[in-house]
Amino acid sequence: MDLFLQRLFDGLTNGSAYALIAVALVLIFKATTLINFAQGEQAMLGAFIVLQLWNWGLPMWIAVITGMLISGLLAGGLERAIIRRFDPADHLPLVIITLGLFLVLNAVAAIIWRYDPLAFPQLFPHGSALTIGNARLSWYSIFAFGSCILVLLLLHVLLNKTKIGLSFRAVSSNLESSRLCGIKVGPTLQFGWALAAAAGTFGASIYAANPVLQIEPSIMLRALIFSITAAALGGLDSLWGALLGGLTIGFIQSVLVQYIPFIPNEMTLAATVAVLLIVLTFRPSGFLGTKAVERV
Amino acid sequence: MTNVLLKAENLTATYGQVEILHGISFEVYGNEIAVILGANGAGKTTTIRALSGMIDTTGTITFNKEDISQLEPDSIVRKGVAHVPQGRGTFPELTVEDNLRVGAFIRSDKEVESDIQNCYDTYPVLFERRSQSAGSLSGGEQQMLAVSRALMSRPELLLLDEPSLGLAPQIVEALFERFLIMNKDHGTTMLIVEQNAQIALGMADRGYVLEAGEIAVEGQASSLINDEAIIRAYLGG
Ligand SMILES: Nc1ncnc2c1ncn2[C@@H]1O[C@H](COP(=O)(O)OP(=O)(O)O)[C@@H](O)[C@H]1O
Ligand SMILES: [Mg+2]
Repeated sequence: MDLFLQRLFDGLTNGSAYALIAVALVLIFKATTLINFAQGEQAMLGAFIVLQLWNWGLPMWIAVITGMLISGLLAGGLERAIIRRFDPADHLPLVIITLGLFLVLNAVAAIIWRYDPLAFPQLFPHGSALTIGNARLSWYSIFAFGSCILVLLLLHVLLNKTKIGLSFRAVSSNLESSRLCGIKVGPTLQFGWALAAAAGTFGASIYAANPVLQIEPSIMLRALIFSITAAALGGLDSLWGALLGGLTIGFIQSVLVQYIPFIPNEMTLAATVAVLLIVLTFRPSGFLGTKAVERV
Repeated sequence: MTNVLLKAENLTATYGQVEILHGISFEVYGNEIAVILGANGAGKTTTIRALSGMIDTTGTITFNKEDISQLEPDSIVRKGVAHVPQGRGTFPELTVEDNLRVGAFIRSDKEVESDIQNCYDTYPVLFERRSQSAGSLSGGEQQMLAVSRALMSRPELLLLDEPSLGLAPQIVEALFERFLIMNKDHGTTMLIVEQNAQIALGMADRGYVLEAGEIAVEGQASSLINDEAIIRAYLGG
């Protein structure tokens, strides 16, 4: 029982981090129906920027917020300099570009910070908040989950209650009509890229702040795959779906795989993909995705 | 009728190597309803898209005596031209009310809310469905929403691309009656492109007939309605 609880808690912790990266993926997907494969590496780079700012003496939370702003600006620049040159309706070149960015960003981080794991600032209090038998729910888990909810609420308000959010949703829904209504499509998509990068940087910072992890350039590789699965599970265009998807993946990883003896640990990824296939077979638009999202 | 609101001169449009519009000229006077009639593929949509800056064209388009030929769509709306595209062009994932708000995107005055109310008063069904996604509306309701959305920008000129397409005759009739009321009550100038010559000429002041990218006939709607060639081609005479 204790072990089961402990695994649930672990699932919550990992799931929250996956959810945050998944949210970033969802933002880009909503805007462009594109999976940004570089999202994890943008987030990793953002987290390194946070680390660097912290090393230079900024208080850790100021470093996180500044890091989010910087990575948002970088992503906005990337959108303007590279992505906008391509026809948004033609996905293959764009997918190849995001894969290329993935490699470039990874290399950049490796050149600057090397492959040695570095300690990331402990964003949250140490120790356990709750002990039930031998199972411990750490403060880290609680705060990771709490910040995930907070980010989702903020994004929810931003997208649903503000004018820039309205224009973002309009562009996601109908590009041509958005232009006819006076929306500048380019800057709106750029805003989406910036927002996604900031959310991703936050997610990677939370992930790297896990007391059992250290930051190194390949930290997001595994997380990205789980996050893409999480986003797909949630429906690809739903923020709250990303949370559900992230938590589901977290629980599959820490609970399901542990209790089904014939799934070896190394097969965690395969198990999550299997669950994804099963869910999408019965609910093609995921947990909370818009049914048959049509785009031109 | 001397105040020219919109003037298109020698407009050409090309897709790839194929020229679709071969230097057409027409004008729309302030407060009138003008129609451009044409069969499928005549170039009606191309013409109206050229006016709102959605495609590259050569020739000149002047609106309120200002050259708008080179402007981007988002600037053209701000000048006072609203465009209801063929196939309604609503935002299917957004609620009905959000569709109206997007329509008012270029505005920041205090009267947006009361204009939304006016849309609801005009079309109570939109009020009933204000929190539903636009994609769940029927074709007729979508067209009401599309027109309302365009009016939310408070345009001086409303461009309508085949509003009757795919709608039942009674719905088309109600829709066009409403256009007439808007025109009479608010003085909204309209340019409607249509295949349905009967209903369009019935309410319009003036008309043009577009054939394979060229203006074939033009004149007062009342005289076009009796024109032999038009009766043969469009009115099933
Ligand atoms: N995007 C496009 N690319 C190539 N040809 C097009 C495109 N859109 C329209 N056309 C062609 O241009 C001509 C005029 O089309 P259109 O303006 O849509 O006519 P209408 O609205 O009168 O039916 C047609 O022959 C059509 O096939
Ligand atoms: Mg057409």
